[in-house]
Amino acid sequence: MPESPQPDAPLPDERGLLHLAVALDGAGWHPAAWREHDARPEELFTARYWADLVAEAERGLLDLVTIEDSLSLQSAHPFEPDERTDQVRGRLDAVLIAARIAPLTRHIGLVPTAVVTHTEPFHLSKAIATLDYVSNGRAGIRVKVSGRADEFAHFGRREAPRVSAEDFDSPSGQAALEELFGEAEDYVEVLRRLWDSWEDDAEIRDVATGRFIDRKKLHYIDFEGSRFSVRGPSITPRPPQGQPVVAALAHRGEPYRLVGRSGDLGFVTPHDSEHARQLVAEIRAAQAAAGRADETVHIFGDLVVFLDEDPGAAADCKARLDRKAGAALTSDAAVFTGTPAELADLLQEWQRAGLTGFRLRPGTLPYDLEQITRGLVPELQRRGIFRTAYEASTLRGLLGLPRPANRYAAGAVDATAALV
Amino acid sequence: MSSKPLKQIHLAAHFPGVNNTTVWSDPAAGSQIDFSSFVHLARTAERAKFDFLFLAEGLRLREQNGEIYDLDVVGRPDTFTVLAALAAVTDRLGLAGTINSTFNEPYEVARQFASLDHLSAGRAAWNVVTSWDAFTGENFRRGGFLAQEDRYERARQFLNATWELFDSWRGNEIVADKESGVFLRDPNPGRFDHHVGEFDISGRFDVPRSPQGRPVIFQAGDSEAGREFAASAADAIFTRHGTLEAGRAFYGDVKGRLARYGRSPDELKILPGVTFVLGETDAEAQERALVIRRQQVSGQTAIKLLEQLWNRDLSAYDPDGPLPEVDPLVGEHTVAQGRASVRMHRDPLTVASEWRALADAKKLSIRDLIVEVTGRQSFIGTPAHVAEQLNEFVQTDASDGFILVPHLTPGGLDEFADRVVPLLQERGVFRTEYAGETLRDHLGLAPLSVRAAAAS
Ligand SMILES: Cc1cc2nc3c(=O)[nH]c(=O)nc-3n(C[C@H](O)[C@H](O)[C@H](O)COP(=O)(O)O)c2cc1C
Repeated sequence: MPESPQPDAPLPDERGLLHLAVALDGAGWHPAAWREHDARPEELFTARYWADLVAEAERGLLDLVTIEDSLSLQSAHPFEPDERTDQVRGRLDAVLIAARIAPLTRHIGLVPTAVVTHTEPFHLSKAIATLDYVSNGRAGIRVKVSGRADEFAHFGRREAPRVSAEDFDSPSGQAALEELFGEAEDYVEVLRRLWDSWEDDAEIRDVATGRFIDRKKLHYIDFEGSRFSVRGPSITPRPPQGQPVVAALAHRGEPYRLVGRSGDLGFVTPHDSEHARQLVAEIRAAQAAAGRADETVHIFGDLVVFLDEDPGAAADCKARLDRKAGAALTSDAAVFTGTPAELADLLQEWQRAGLTGFRLRPGTLPYDLEQITRGLVPELQRRGIFRTAYEASTLRGLLGLPRPANRYAAGAVDATAALV
Repeated sequence: MSSKPLKQIHLAAHFPGVNNTTVWSDPAAGSQIDFSSFVHLARTAERAKFDFLFLAEGLRLREQNGEIYDLDVVGRPDTFTVLAALAAVTDRLGLAGTINSTFNEPYEVARQFASLDHLSAGRAAWNVVTSWDAFTGENFRRGGFLAQEDRYERARQFLNATWELFDSWRGNEIVADKESGVFLRDPNPGRFDHHVGEFDISGRFDVPRSPQGRPVIFQAGDSEAGREFAASAADAIFTRHGTLEAGRAFYGDVKGRLARYGRSPDELKILPGVTFVLGETDAEAQERALVIRRQQVSGQTAIKLLEQLWNRDLSAYDPDGPLPEVDPLVGEHTVAQGRASVRMHRDPLTVASEWRALADAKKLSIRDLIVEVTGRQSFIGTPAHVAEQLNEFVQTDASDGFILVPHLTPGGLDEFADRVVPLLQERGVFRTEYAGETLRDHLGLAPLSVRAAAAS
C-alpha cells in the first residue's frame, strides 16, 4: 500500500522547500533545439530517448516530469497547422510514453498531457489509474482543452468554436472558452468519480460465498452533464494513490477556476514576482470559492530555461538558436537565460510571491535538463530549499497531498474531516 | 507419408480474464491488477519464446439480474497503458491488445497503436472487437448509438480510416539534418482526407510511421460478417474453435475466403483460445482437470451460468439439486449483460432439453451438469501427450497455433513453458530463439509497404 503522508502542510512548504518539475517536449522548448550538438532528433520516437531523460530528472530528485501532447502536429502557428520543414514535427502519445518509462523509474512522478475535448473520460480515467498501477503510485494527468479547428476535423464529431486568439475577450470568444473549460471540469469530475468508483477493499475473494468482490463497494457514478453522461463503475479498481494528481496549465480566468475547483496542481506563467503574486491570488480565490480553501493545491510557475555555469554562455546559446530558427524565441512563459545560481535567486524570489514550486521547460535537451539536475538542484540544496533524497514513494506523497478518502465509502465524510 | 514440411506453431499467452476460467480462489492465485502479475506472465511467455501476450477487454463491468456480477474476477487495467509498460520489461514478445471499434475514434486509436509500436520497437497488435450494446454505451459520450447489424460495417470503416492514418507517413520523411536544418523532407506529412460512412475526418496525422507500419490486426468474432471481416483485413483470428473437428471446419472455411480478397492462406493465422492441464500421468492430469473444473464452477457459479441459458432468476434453486422444471424464457436476454458468450447459446429450449436428458441419464446435480457441459479444458495429459496433441492440431490444419489461457494468475503458464515448450522445440515445430525483431516477423508475415492508394 502506498503510504499516507501527513495531512496538509501550510503553504508554501513549512520547511521552505520548493517543488520542482521539468516539462519534456521533443528536443526541448526552443524550435531549433534539435540542431544542438548533443540533441538526438533521430531518436525522438524511441523509448530509450524518453527513458534517458526521465532517468536524468530522477537523478536530480525532481518531483515530477510532465510530457507534452496534443492531437495534432506541432505548429509554429498557435491555431493552425503549418508546413515548416525546419522544426520537429511528430510525437508519441504522452500517456503511453509515461507508461513505458514507469517500470524503469522508482520515485519520480509521471504526468502526461491529455486533451479532454475529443477523448472519452472513461478511457482516460482507466488509463491514468493503470499508469498509477504500473508506476506504484506515481501517476498524474495534465488536462488540456483544444479549440483548434484542425483537431476538431481530426475527429469529425462536432463543429469547432469559431474564435481566433485575438477575440477570446469578445462575447463569442468568452462563450467558447466557457464551453471548453466547462467540459474540462465535467471531464475531471468524471475522472475523479471513476477513480473512486471502487472502494479500496472491494476485492474480497471470499471463498465461502464464492464472491470475488463485495459489490456494495462498487459504485455507479451516474454523471449526467450537458455534454456527456457516464454510468460507471470503472473497469479498473481504485488506483494506488486513490486519486492520481490532476494538473492544468492556466493562463486565464476559466482555467484558474478549473484549477481552483478540481485541480491538485496548476501551472502558471508569471513574468515577474508581482505578476506571480496576482496569479496566486486569483487561483487561491477560485479555490476558496469552490470551498477548497483547506486543501493543498499547488501552484507552480512555468519558465523556459537556458542554463550554463559560465556567465553569458546560456544567453549565447539562446541567441545562436534564435539565429538558426530565424526568429527570437517567443513563449507564453517567461524565458530565463543565466547561471543555475541566478535561476535559484529568481525561484526564491518568486517562491516568496506564493508559488509552491516551478515547472522548468528546458530550452534544449538534454543540456538544459542536466543543468537543472546537476547545477540548479545542488544549488537549491545548498540553500536548504530542495530535498536531498526522495522522502515518499508516491507522487501525492512528494507533493504533500494526503491519500484521500473515497467519496463513496461509508464514513467518507468523517474520514475527510479527520484529515483537515 | 506426406513430404509436406512441418508447420511452425505459433504460441501466445492470454492474461487470465474476467470469467470463470480464471480460478481466483486457489491459494496460488495472485493479483489480477498489480503490474507484477503482468510482468510475471509476460516474462514467462518471453522466456518460452512465445509470439505474443494477449489482453482481452470489456468496457463495462458485467451484470446479472441487474447487479454487478461478483463471482468471477472483476477489474482490469487499461489495455494500451499496461502494454506500453510491458514493453519496458520485455524485448521481443508481441503485445496484443483488444480495442473496441465502436466506442473509440480512429485518430486517437491510430496514434495510440502507432505510439505503442514505436515504444515497443515493432511489437504491437490490435484485436479489433465490435461489441456495440447500449449497456456498454452508457459509459461513453455517444451512448448506445450503433445497431447490432452495423457493428462490422463500422469496424471495417474504422479500420480503413486508421490504415489511411498509418499510411499517411511513408517512413522516409524525417531527415533531422542538424547542419542544413532540414528536419522534414516533406512539408506535409501525415495529410489525410477520409470521408466514408461513419467517418468524416481530415487533417494531419501526428505520429510518424511506426516500425511495423501498423499494428498486426486480430479479429475475434464468429458470425458470417465477422469471418468475412477477418478474411478481408485481419492478420490473425482469435477463435473459440478449440476442438479438432470444429477447428478444421473453421480453418477451412476462413482460409477459403481469402482468395476473394487476393490474399494467400498464410496471410491469416488462425489461433484458437485453448486451456490445458498437465500431469505426471494422463490419469493424474484428468484428476487435476476435474479439480480445476470444480474450482471454476462453484455452486453459486453453477446457478448463475444456468440462469444465462434459462434467462430467468434461478437463485432459489439448490446447486446440488436437480435442474429446474420450468423452461428457459425465450426472447430477448435480460438476465446477463456485458458478456459476448451469452449471445452464443443456440436455441435455449433445445439446449435445456439436452441438458435435462444428460442430467437424468448421469444423475447430475445442477453443479455437476454445469461442470460437465461448460468449459472443459482443451488439452489434458502429460507434457509429452499435450505436445503431441498440439502438434497434431496444427499439422492437420485445425489451427496455426494457440492462444493459451492459463487458469491461474500469474503462474499458470510456468509449467507449460518449462515442460511442454521444450518438447515442441525438440520436434522442430517451435522456435528456440526469436529469429526476428517484430511481431510480424514472429508470425511469419511479410513486412508491409505503404498501400498504393495512400502513397499516390
Ligand atoms: C475468442 C473471442 C474472444 C473475444 N474477446 C473479446 C474481448 O476481449 N472484448 C470484447 O469486447 N469482445 C470480444 N469478443 C467479441 C467479438 O469481438 C464480437 O464482438 C462478438 O463475438 C460479436 O461478433 P460476432 O457476431 O461476429 O461473433 C470475442 C469473441 C471471440 C470469439
